[in-house]
Amino acid sequence: MSLPPLITDLRQCVGPSNVLFAPSELAVYDCDAFTAERRPPVAVVFPENAQQVGQLMRVCRHHGAAVVPRGAGTSLAGGCLPGPNSVVLMLTRMNRILEIDLRNRMAVVEAGVPNLKLTQALAGSGYHFAPDPSSQGASTIGGNVATNAGGPHTLKYGVTVNHVLGLEVVLSDGTIVQLGPYEDPPGLDLVGLLVGSEGILGIVTKVWVRLTRNPQDYRTMRAIFDSVEQASEAVSRIIAAGIIPAAMELMDQGILAAVEEAFSFGFPLDAQAILIIEVDGLAVDIERKQQQIVDICKQFGAREVLTAATTAQRELLWKCRKLAVGATGRLSPSYIIEDGVVPRTRLPQVIRRIAEIARSHRIRIVNVAHAGDGNVHPLLLFDERDSAETQRVRAAGREVLQECIAAGGSITAEHGIGVEKLSLMERLFAPQDLEAMRRIREAFDPRLLFNPGKKLPQAGGAASA
Amino acid sequence: MSNGNSEKIVAANPAAGIGFDLFLRCVHCGLCTSACPTYTELGDENDGPRGRIQLMRMVAEGRTPLSDRMRRHLELCLDCRSCETACPSGVRYGRMIEPFRQAVEQLDARLEKRFDWFRELILLRLLPYPNRLRPLLAPIRLLQRLGLFDAAERVGLLRLVPGRLGRLVRLLPPPVSGGPRLPKFLPAVGRKRARVAFFVGCVADVFYRHVHWATVRVLQQNGCDVFVPPGQGCCGAIHLHNGDPDGARLAAHANLVAFELDRYDAIVVNHGGCGAMLKEYGLHWQDGLTPHRAKFAAKVKDVHEFLDQLGFVPPRRRIDCVATYHDSCHLAHAQGVTAAPRKMLTSIPGLTLIELPESGICCGSAGTYNLLEPGMAERLARRKLNNILQTGAQVVLAANAGCMLQIAAAIRGQRLPLRVMHPMELLDLSYREE
Ligand SMILES: Cc1cc2nc3c(=O)[nH]c(=O)nc-3n(C[C@H](O)[C@H](O)[C@H](O)COP(=O)(O)OP(=O)(O)OC[C@H]3O[C@@H](n4cnc5c(N)ncnc54)[C@H](O)[C@@H]3O)c2cc1C
Ligand code: SF4
Ligand code: SF4
Repeated sequence: MSLPPLITDLRQCVGPSNVLFAPSELAVYDCDAFTAERRPPVAVVFPENAQQVGQLMRVCRHHGAAVVPRGAGTSLAGGCLPGPNSVVLMLTRMNRILEIDLRNRMAVVEAGVPNLKLTQALAGSGYHFAPDPSSQGASTIGGNVATNAGGPHTLKYGVTVNHVLGLEVVLSDGTIVQLGPYEDPPGLDLVGLLVGSEGILGIVTKVWVRLTRNPQDYRTMRAIFDSVEQASEAVSRIIAAGIIPAAMELMDQGILAAVEEAFSFGFPLDAQAILIIEVDGLAVDIERKQQQIVDICKQFGAREVLTAATTAQRELLWKCRKLAVGATGRLSPSYIIEDGVVPRTRLPQVIRRIAEIARSHRIRIVNVAHAGDGNVHPLLLFDERDSAETQRVRAAGREVLQECIAAGGSITAEHGIGVEKLSLMERLFAPQDLEAMRRIREAFDPRLLFNPGKKLPQAGGAASA
Repeated sequence: MSNGNSEKIVAANPAAGIGFDLFLRCVHCGLCTSACPTYTELGDENDGPRGRIQLMRMVAEGRTPLSDRMRRHLELCLDCRSCETACPSGVRYGRMIEPFRQAVEQLDARLEKRFDWFRELILLRLLPYPNRLRPLLAPIRLLQRLGLFDAAERVGLLRLVPGRLGRLVRLLPPPVSGGPRLPKFLPAVGRKRARVAFFVGCVADVFYRHVHWATVRVLQQNGCDVFVPPGQGCCGAIHLHNGDPDGARLAAHANLVAFELDRYDAIVVNHGGCGAMLKEYGLHWQDGLTPHRAKFAAKVKDVHEFLDQLGFVPPRRRIDCVATYHDSCHLAHAQGVTAAPRKMLTSIPGLTLIELPESGICCGSAGTYNLLEPGMAERLARRKLNNILQTGAQVVLAANAGCMLQIAAAIRGQRLPLRVMHPMELLDLSYREE
């Protein structure tokens, strides 16, 4: 049997057992956690080191095949959706933690290391890797870098870019470059550019990450409210009082039902909103901050504010919050999750609008929010087998994001643009801004082989999502 | 196997027996992937839960027939159900892969009528029956007592025993005297707090009878009257997971007859694999006895779970050692029991329990998986051993016969000074006043 030349060449780079091309095996790579669009790739390759990635790039370039890097495939924006004639390049076999250097507060990892594996490896060291996306159990550090992932603790500790010191990147011609590690880049800050570039500028193969000292002490509270408005008012007031909690998370009634079914935490099911608030820092002033927060919550109508009494309780509380999105599978067969961000004070208004949009499109929407950052994740529930409903959900999703833009916000805080939000880029950016970005993209990737059709709309406004 | 009985006729689509609503529970989020041992080793979604669910779903929807390559990915699954623990959406993966595999096995049997001697003779006719297994082991036991078995293992003689049988022989633990057969009744010590029936099982009773003795003594120390009903046998898991659901149903039936449910507060089990199977009696077969099997299942408790709920008496004797606890898949993932064994172990004075990295990742034993998929099983055993070594523990604790055999074999292979024990053995020591 003679194989297509692309496949033969790919097999030569990494060995036959590291290239998939049987249709049934490719089908599994036809989407990531964004399931509303699917297309299988022409091949899937599993390189084991940067040199192989470089060789694969040269082969793909030679054959004019596009390359879609993929880590854990937890992208919620379709970042791993193959385009026509695309090869999916898996980073999952590059999964070693190469070095942990506590004295310099740094770790060096290959791109395919799951975020949580690094956290586990650091257990007991007194340090941690701060970015904690809710998908951290599975998502890779390379994927976190590519999407500039955030998490509940972003409020105080910042997003991934604040914790990356250096990168090893394979460029579109197969060259391997090392950027950093440095605290303060002397040349152009290419690390800053690469972080969040969603695989359109290069393939990240190695990451130097900053380690953060664990806080001396923390308190984790949950406050129960009878309305989303009250909860968001409390959030604004806490920040206005000059307190920066480590995290301030909101779950509405809809999602609480799923969370409660999954983890039986004991949340009252009639609560309209729950805030999870964590403060950390020095043991001496933590009590004071905690009391202030409790007072403010009560002032804004919190029915009850409880502090986790044990580490196990705190962990369960965080588990509930972090797995809330996944637990939504208990409510419906599919969902699209949006990633709107608005000025914190506009949060109540936007959540109210979201409920109206749900009603007008006859769909169900439940919400979680990194409330402290004004980052709201409405989950639009649907059944992917019902194409009319799927259409309504996508229309509603766009309307929600337009609402965020109108409220002075943006369409993504952490999940990225991918294919899902491509059509909205033109609303967010002026044509000349997008053009400047396109030129940077072309400088890195003149033939547009990396993740084409993602992140930046085609010139001339031909974006179609 | 098929004799015209309508239930045994399998549709040509092996996914036909899976309720479609089970597929719909999966929202494709991917959070389960890193919990999957085979995905963690291979990095291919086809070898991870999300991909396997998609493969089965494609077959169910009739989008593609089951190709050989798809089949390999599904065969490589350990059915360890770590993905179920990780899945926030409540996907019941085991309830997809198990009927799927049974259907595939039955289709094969119908198509080829091939005779697989290892499966037919060893797995289905020998292992589940202690009375047949024990005498056959006698010559090996003799070699072991004479020290010749070890020597044979060292010089690689055992490698001469071919294929799956050889792997089985190499798994055999060195002989310990397990003690006599358990009596029908063992009275509570002190104030009587519960009446329990003890489940003895098959392989566990042959290799780990001393663990059974330790377990019943711990139960007695906690005020339990322990009954060991005669007539009970294998739980049926070996049959069920090797494509013989009817053999499994017969095994279940024997147990249904042996245990008079109303006499006991609980049926107590000390090995995760048997416990998981017994707890699922209500699910596996649909017939007039289903309600009775469900009632049986509801009475089954893992011994740690049971004692934790009862409120165990703290053990008193000091045992100074460093230990680590491995979560058996069938206890942790299938039964959700993880805290109780740790809680009991840490109550032993002097014992330092170090948390095992990747404790919930399968050791590769997975029922009879290590005999059928030796490559992956060995990779996982090595991974487990490396994690164990990181803890610096002197004793590895595991509450399942398969894991104990697998981990002990890995340790013997490297000649490491490490002991594998069941938590009940340590607890038993700590309950003894001497
Ligand atoms: C239940 C759930 C909860 C989530 N919660 C959060 C959250 O709290 N915060 C958050 O920020 N995100 C969240 N996400 C989204 C997602 O997990 C993040 O975007 C994550 O960073 C993706 O990592 P990954 O390894 O899965 O990357 P993938 O999904 O595999 O890839 C994501 C994008 O990055 C590119 N890419 C991946 N690896 C590389 C590489 N090595 N080099 C170059 N490009 C690469 C891909 O081409 C793709 O465009 C969540 C997702 C799910 C399913
Ligand atoms: S099985 Fe569960 S965790 Fe895995 S992809 Fe499906 S919904 Fe997500
Ligand atoms: S049962 Fe175990 S091996 Fe099989 S898919 Fe789930 S986690 Fe992976």
